[in-house]
Amino acid sequence: METKSVIGTQNKKGQVYTDARVMMNEAPRTDAFFTGSEVIKEAVRRASVDVMIAYPITPQSEAAALIGELFAEGYIGDYFRGESEFAVMGQCAGAAFGGARVFTTTAGPGTMRAMENFPMWAGARLPIQVIVTCRGLNSPLSIQPDTLEISYLIQTGMLVWHAETAQDFYDWILKGYMVSEEPDVHLPLALCCDGFFVTHTKDTVMLTPTDMCLPPYDPYRSPVPCMDMECPPVRMMRDPFVMKSNYISYATHASWQQEVWAAVERSRKHTIAWLDGLIETENGDADILLVASGTAVSQGREAIRLLEEDGIRVGLVKIKTIRPWPGEEIREATKNAKHIIVPEFNVTGWLAREIKASIPDTDRLVAAPHVFGGMTMPPEIIVSEIKNALGIRTEVLAGRG
Amino acid sequence: MIKKRINIRMSGLGGQGAVTAAHVLAMAASKDKKFAISNPFFGAEKRMAPAESYCRIGVEKIFDRGELVFPDVIEVFHPQVITMGKSYTMPFYSGIKEGGVVIINSDVPLLSKEDAERLNDLNVSVLYIKGTQIALEVAGTELSTNMTMIGSVAGITKCVTLESLDLAIQERFGKKFVASGGTASLDEAIKKKFAKKEMLLQKNFATIKYAYELGVEWAETNHVELCVAAAA
Repeated sequence: METKSVIGTQNKKGQVYTDARVMMNEAPRTDAFFTGSEVIKEAVRRASVDVMIAYPITPQSEAAALIGELFAEGYIGDYFRGESEFAVMGQCAGAAFGGARVFTTTAGPGTMRAMENFPMWAGARLPIQVIVTCRGLNSPLSIQPDTLEISYLIQTGMLVWHAETAQDFYDWILKGYMVSEEPDVHLPLALCCDGFFVTHTKDTVMLTPTDMCLPPYDPYRSPVPCMDMECPPVRMMRDPFVMKSNYISYATHASWQQEVWAAVERSRKHTIAWLDGLIETENGDADILLVASGTAVSQGREAIRLLEEDGIRVGLVKIKTIRPWPGEEIREATKNAKHIIVPEFNVTGWLAREIKASIPDTDRLVAAPHVFGGMTMPPEIIVSEIKNALGIRTEVLAGRG
Repeated sequence: MIKKRINIRMSGLGGQGAVTAAHVLAMAASKDKKFAISNPFFGAEKRMAPAESYCRIGVEKIFDRGELVFPDVIEVFHPQVITMGKSYTMPFYSGIKEGGVVIINSDVPLLSKEDAERLNDLNVSVLYIKGTQIALEVAGTELSTNMTMIGSVAGITKCVTLESLDLAIQERFGKKFVASGGTASLDEAIKKKFAKKEMLLQKNFATIKYAYELGVEWAETNHVELCVAAAA
């Protein structure tokens, strides 16, 4: 059978299908001053997405609406609005089963409502990408940033990445498809950010050329057969193993769960290559290290500047991926640290728990400061936490309220 | 005092354009080759509900985002921010830095004696600007009130140039802009106030310029020297 590469040919909008490495690493970039939502739109414009399904929930509604504009312009194969987040994620699964590259967005309570579908996506090996613009979950209602939902997502078998800035978001949406569509991975990706701090913030972002796009998804690289909707595989749909309730059915289910998590592990090598490592370190030899993900990294960077003025040197470990979990990298990066400070935008401190499970001498770790329910994290409170750890007296901060 | 960064907190009410104001100011700063970040903070999108936005402008890369807890400048877009406590903090000026500036859109003084004294102790200068009246006179619509808030802070602190502000409003209003249903309908509302789009851009810029000059004059008269360093 003759096969022909699409690289170098044009799509119907005149964009040239470009080798992803060339597009992401070598193509010229131009700067734009955009909100995070606009950046999501620009990444999707270049991602050769077949199907996008939308459902409004703040703070991702703007991105979902902007992608509707992209559909109107002809950049997306199909676009529609589902009747709830649960329905949307099911519809995404249908489109991905049928061999489409699928994109969707959700946030907070929407993520929770859709939750049943995420382990289903992972088990069915559907490389769907969902943008999660994290916000508060519990009553009383909040639309403000809070990263609690990530702690649920990390148990689903999906890849879970946590972007710090709109630039991360832009690059990782495109790179994310490249990782999750690898035949030895083929898993969904939850690409998370802290809502508002990224989605509604205008920042400078370097974009790849508009006339280049990712190669289309090739469903025949899937490690499981893609679904023929007119003739669905009986084993999966009508006569599943669960109906047998015997040893073989349990063993099959157990081994498949192991395979899903093995695929998460196998994504490591691809992710390291695309993201230049699962973590990023600055001044890693400092006695005091801030270890964080998402917006907490940005706030940490400002705190490090403030502490420099006081002659206190602090290093930074930015965690880019939560699944796969960079446990070995963190253990290595923190091995000489005397104090490890883990600031988080949630009440439970799930990141600190993950880190504690990966490092020796956990009494070095300070799981603070924590802000939640939409509170902001001024760099000054990180500074104060670090000074506390060093035994330096600080003024009580009563900035607001 | 010349600063490496200036932090501006805009406290307004839903529908007044505080979010747009912060974005336009940051867009202008970016055009001036400064570093800038702007973001809003609000609850459900509802008219007259408290809505805040923040604009950070500086000469080095800015990482800080989210609610601005320690601002150099606070702009109050509506008297109710003070009189009815429609603010994310009580009092509205909490966290303001020493030597800061408060700009209030009001025809009459609104500060209690105690608040005025506390601001005075912090060496904070207060400007009352008749923003809504200026908008009505110069642009012919109170919907341009936010332009007076942009102009006044730029005139006082020189955080952005007038040329870049002109370019920024052209970019913001010159083309179709989709943020949310609420923003889209407000955009439509303001467009209906002007016969042509060019008129909207022209009148809004005239409003900015008027308030800018007012800010320059006030800063000179009152020896307010809070400004941000020129781009490197």
